[in-house]
Amino acid sequence: MADGTAPFRFTTTQDGATRLALSGRLDAATLAGPWPKIVDPIRSAPPAALDVDLAEVTYCDGAGIGLLVELDREVRGRGGAVRFENLKDDLRSLLDQSLLEDPARSLEPPARRAGAITELGRSTALVLDDIRSIVTFTGELTLVLPWALTHPHRVRWGDTLKAAEKTGANATYVVSLLGFLVGLIIAFQCAGPMRTLGAEALVPTVVAVAIVRELGPLMAAIILAGRSGSAFAAEIGTMKVTEEISALQTFGLSPTKFLVVPRVLAALFVTPLLSVFSTLMGMIGGYVVMAMLGYSLPFYFDQVTAAVDYVDFLQGVAKAFVFAVLVAAIGCLCGLRTQSGPGAVGDSTTRAVVAGIVLIVIADAILGTCFYYLGI
Amino acid sequence: MPSPVEILPPPPPENVEPIIRVQDFHAAYGPKTVMKDVSFEIYPGEVFIIAGGSGCGKSTLLKHMIGLYEPAGGRLFIDGDDIGPADDALKAKILRKIGVAYQGGALFGSMTCLGNVRLPLEEFTDLPGAAMDAVSMSKLKLVELEHAAHLMPSEISGGMQKRVALARAMALDPKILFLDEPSAGLDPITSADLDSLILSLSRMLGTTFVIVTHELPSIFSIASRVLVLDASVKTSVAIGDPVSLRERSRNAWVREFFSRKGFDHRSDPPLSPGSLS
Repeated sequence: MADGTAPFRFTTTQDGATRLALSGRLDAATLAGPWPKIVDPIRSAPPAALDVDLAEVTYCDGAGIGLLVELDREVRGRGGAVRFENLKDDLRSLLDQSLLEDPARSLEPPARRAGAITELGRSTALVLDDIRSIVTFTGELTLVLPWALTHPHRVRWGDTLKAAEKTGANATYVVSLLGFLVGLIIAFQCAGPMRTLGAEALVPTVVAVAIVRELGPLMAAIILAGRSGSAFAAEIGTMKVTEEISALQTFGLSPTKFLVVPRVLAALFVTPLLSVFSTLMGMIGGYVVMAMLGYSLPFYFDQVTAAVDYVDFLQGVAKAFVFAVLVAAIGCLCGLRTQSGPGAVGDSTTRAVVAGIVLIVIADAILGTCFYYLGI
Repeated sequence: MPSPVEILPPPPPENVEPIIRVQDFHAAYGPKTVMKDVSFEIYPGEVFIIAGGSGCGKSTLLKHMIGLYEPAGGRLFIDGDDIGPADDALKAKILRKIGVAYQGGALFGSMTCLGNVRLPLEEFTDLPGAAMDAVSMSKLKLVELEHAAHLMPSEISGGMQKRVALARAMALDPKILFLDEPSAGLDPITSADLDSLILSLSRMLGTTFVIVTHELPSIFSIASRVLVLDASVKTSVAIGDPVSLRERSRNAWVREFFSRKGFDHRSDPPLSPGSLS
């Protein structure tokens, strides 16, 4: 075998059967070239009878067995007959275990795509299922949160404190940094155009209104969705995959009370604080720009207190409460709805972050409109 | 002073180089030693079992032998090359000679069962696509799962996943197959079929098997030799064929380990329904 490939020879026997003589080593290295030359003629014109002579075969591994299986499939699958001759006993045993029971069955995967109407129905069912689970979860949470207030001794405060530490204390630096930078950027971007209008002194007013009413709570909530909403979904999703949720249910414990309540309470406690941090740092960021423009701290403070009061501040805190419930609940819900498979936890995490941020913005718009019509 | 390992028949074959040689192997997780002074050799074509009680380090030893962990001491030769300090190129060469089926299957969830078995062929052979399909399908047939070829791992049972993992490990016909608890979770018939497949591959292709298990029926039907690890002394205590270990070991625990009776040897009759009421 000078060229390192498995030699083969087709002949026709006296009784009209096709005879294929294989020799040498039959393995992945030697069969790479000859494979199509052996199989293609059989596939294009399947003989009624194929005799495969293996007398000269010195070695046959899985690739060689694969070739014999393929020949059997092509011929027997089309109603022909295959005989493997001069096969060593050990090899025959391995081949017998490898031959397909239904050679007529195609190796092509069955079509998985259903018709358009079936797909539409399936998608509708999935959306309805989503809606049903969201409504069920919301109802459960609505019942369980008052239960937690009336039965504080039943709440898992240890888990709540741990979640609060992760959600709040560990997020302080990033929330402060982002709040500071947002305040600084707003002041910096406003300063130029307002100077041309001769209204540079109004920059603190713009910063105060934007940060205190909107961006302080919003930035804290977005960080919450990115850090903690995703973490809740991943933690609970992993518990779902490893059947810890099933174990809770078989103990008769409610996953909502056991897992969701501590996380939602933790978010409720820490998000307003994060919002305050974000707001405060935003105001400091605004002052840095004003100081660079030559304005004093008392001037900046006077302008800010004239633009916003404690009601505006409380508006921000109220928004933070709403954002906290939304982000924590959607994170936990996505975790509880995790499917099986290795990508499932990742999918849940992505859904938790995207849905959390979208809900935050929608809630912000609704709350802003309500406050406007309420005159606060 | 390390405790001597009891060596029982069969004796090592003469003039045959071992395919795996473990010398004075130590394993540690951080400062904690989990195994020490383990030495043994495995010969080509053997079905070599690593057995012992829970927590004795069977899987730890296996993971060191396949290069996942670096030993804390000693040497692990796979077909002549020491896998412990091997650089990336040498490790890649060693890994081409071995196949591993993990306890939980460890199938790639984004691929079908056929895709899982096909992957090593795609990466390491020049076979045409149709040939890869045919070879992969024949491997799946060997583990009686050709009907599951186009299903995703999440759509089949845990036992089926283990069998697909075995088919994937066999895809490139490696010289050595490492199997971690291959029979656990399988029904008795499938487990017996798997045992006969292991014996067939060992005889026909000369594949060497290194199997971590404590399934006694499997051990008695397929093992050439068994290495027994003991958690209490953190080392190997005996090596030999299972019958010799059961009948002739000086170590009472080893004799008892290999003499455990199955569920069909119940000493007390079962309670009849309602007998306690």
